[in-house]
Amino acid sequence: MTAGGVLRTALSLLLVALVLWPHAFAPVFAPFAPERGPVIYDRVSLLSLSLSHLGLVAAASSLAALVAVTLAILVTRPAGAAFRPLSRTLTNVGQTFPPVAVLALAVPMLGFGAWPTLVALFLYGLLPIFENAMTALSTLPPRTLEAARGMGMGRFQRLWQVELPLAAPVILAGVRLSVVIGLGTATIGSTVAARTLGEVIIAGLLTNNTAFVLQGGLIVGLFAVLIYDALVRLEARIARRAGAGSARAG
Amino acid sequence: MIEIDRITKVYDDTTVVDEVSMTVETGTITVIVGTSGSGKTTLLRMINRLVEPSSGEVRINGEVTRDIPTHLLRRRIGYAIQGHGLFPHHTVARNIAAVPRLLGWPKDKIARRVDELLTLFGMEPAAFRDRYPAELSGGQQQRVGVARALASRPDLLLMDEPFGALDPIIRGRAQEDLRAIQQKLGSTIVLVTHDMEEAIRLGDRVGVMDGGRLVQHGPPEEIVARPANAFVAEMVGDAERPMRLLSLIPVRGLVEPGAAGGDPVPEGASLRDALSACLWTGRDAVPVERGGAVVGRITLDAIRGRVEHRA
Ligand SMILES: Nc1ncnc2c1ncn2[C@@H]1O[C@H](COP(=O)(O)OP(=O)(O)OP(=O)(O)O)[C@@H](O)[C@H]1O
Ligand SMILES: [Mg+2]
Repeated sequence: MTAGGVLRTALSLLLVALVLWPHAFAPVFAPFAPERGPVIYDRVSLLSLSLSHLGLVAAASSLAALVAVTLAILVTRPAGAAFRPLSRTLTNVGQTFPPVAVLALAVPMLGFGAWPTLVALFLYGLLPIFENAMTALSTLPPRTLEAARGMGMGRFQRLWQVELPLAAPVILAGVRLSVVIGLGTATIGSTVAARTLGEVIIAGLLTNNTAFVLQGGLIVGLFAVLIYDALVRLEARIARRAGAGSARAG
Repeated sequence: MIEIDRITKVYDDTTVVDEVSMTVETGTITVIVGTSGSGKTTLLRMINRLVEPSSGEVRINGEVTRDIPTHLLRRRIGYAIQGHGLFPHHTVARNIAAVPRLLGWPKDKIARRVDELLTLFGMEPAAFRDRYPAELSGGQQQRVGVARALASRPDLLLMDEPFGALDPIIRGRAQEDLRAIQQKLGSTIVLVTHDMEEAIRLGDRVGVMDGGRLVQHGPPEEIVARPANAFVAEMVGDAERPMRLLSLIPVRGLVEPGAAGGDPVPEGASLRDALSACLWTGRDAVPVERGGAVVGRITLDAIRGRVEHRA
């Protein structure tokens, strides 16, 4: 196994242990807990918090990917070019709006719980995917596109068989960015009663319990690192298939 | 037969292709040659309607292309471009299969066609079928590009500077291969180049373009021997003309009985080859062979006579 493989396995095992058997880590976190206070967060199972945290990010990112890629496809067609500046502005605004403000605005409409968080994560996830998809779709090799047109492929055939597969690695890089941002941002969803790992961190902040903060932060951080790494490797695989890797040894 | 009938393309105020007419006979190679910006690519792209003509029309076997839906028209016309334009995310086999797939050929027929073409282009199917374009040399990519354009046995093959990116030696080989394959398949080809040498070597007919106009169109011998104007003469290159002419004429027609010393030349070789054999070895005549047997000789005088006679 390579050094990277060893590290990856070690981190995965650490994460699984932290989520399933948090009490085993009590001696490690004890120095950070207040005197006679609890060391390990056990009001709710960390597994169920992790699953709902990941589920929320997955749902928001999938939705953002679907909308952003569709939008990018539309504005890179000749007929949609006029809407390009407008859609860029919109997705940029989505990004500059602080997620806390989105939560505050969404709660009166959607109530407490997962929905406002989903909206915030979705808006936050749009921009990186849209920008990447638009760049990828408008910088495809012109000769390949010309060949596709010249051999009599229809518009949809060109999109499905040529443009999207060739743009896939760059689009996926945008999705990766959006997922990682989402994993971190989802923690503040706990302030509006969404069930995320933020609950552990916020409980720690409210009771001055650094042990909780460390615990929650460590789990979220490990998820982010491992998911990021998995997506990078998936991208490399797809890029090689798309010919960008050009690795003869491949 | 492809008939190009007073076809014109105007962008804004500039006429890029100006009333060009020519007929391309089935089973022949027509080479369009001209300087950069003379409208060659535009002319070619009007044939498969990647560019819509401003006026004039193109007929393929009598059928007006304007009346055929573009995607169906293009599936009948092979198109090979400089830099090949292969799909980087598809294997060699899938690239070659592109048009047959669009046409809905059955799988086994496509597989057989792919292997047949790879063999024809000197690429072992088992070794190349499953490679990606990035895993091929430039010359191999080029051949796959041409094979892809030929895959569905199109009525017509359009080639835009297909050998532009190749080094001179590979380029020469690719030209010979194309000639051989064209003769074997009986394909009709319109090829664009800015290289007069290539035009003379490959064309049954050569069309010379200048500033959007077709200034001369005829067999290569005629272009070399009787350039229509100063531009064509310059393209042909005055100093090169005798040699160009010699390279077009096979030894076969000037063989006379008699003996000569030294290594023989094949009767299919050009007069240019025979001349260079004479000069290189200091002989006044060289033996000519057919299938390994000497059938006569060719003399320096005969070669000289042939060029003077032409001029
Ligand atoms: N879409 C377009 N709009 C305006 N002008 C164009 C367009 N396409 C080509 N032209 C012009 O038409 C002229 C002929 O172009 P074309 O590509 O046919 O030349 P070419 O003979 O193929 O040249 P080269 O050998 O450099 O490829 C050029 O001056 C070019 O600038
Ligand atoms: Mg050109």
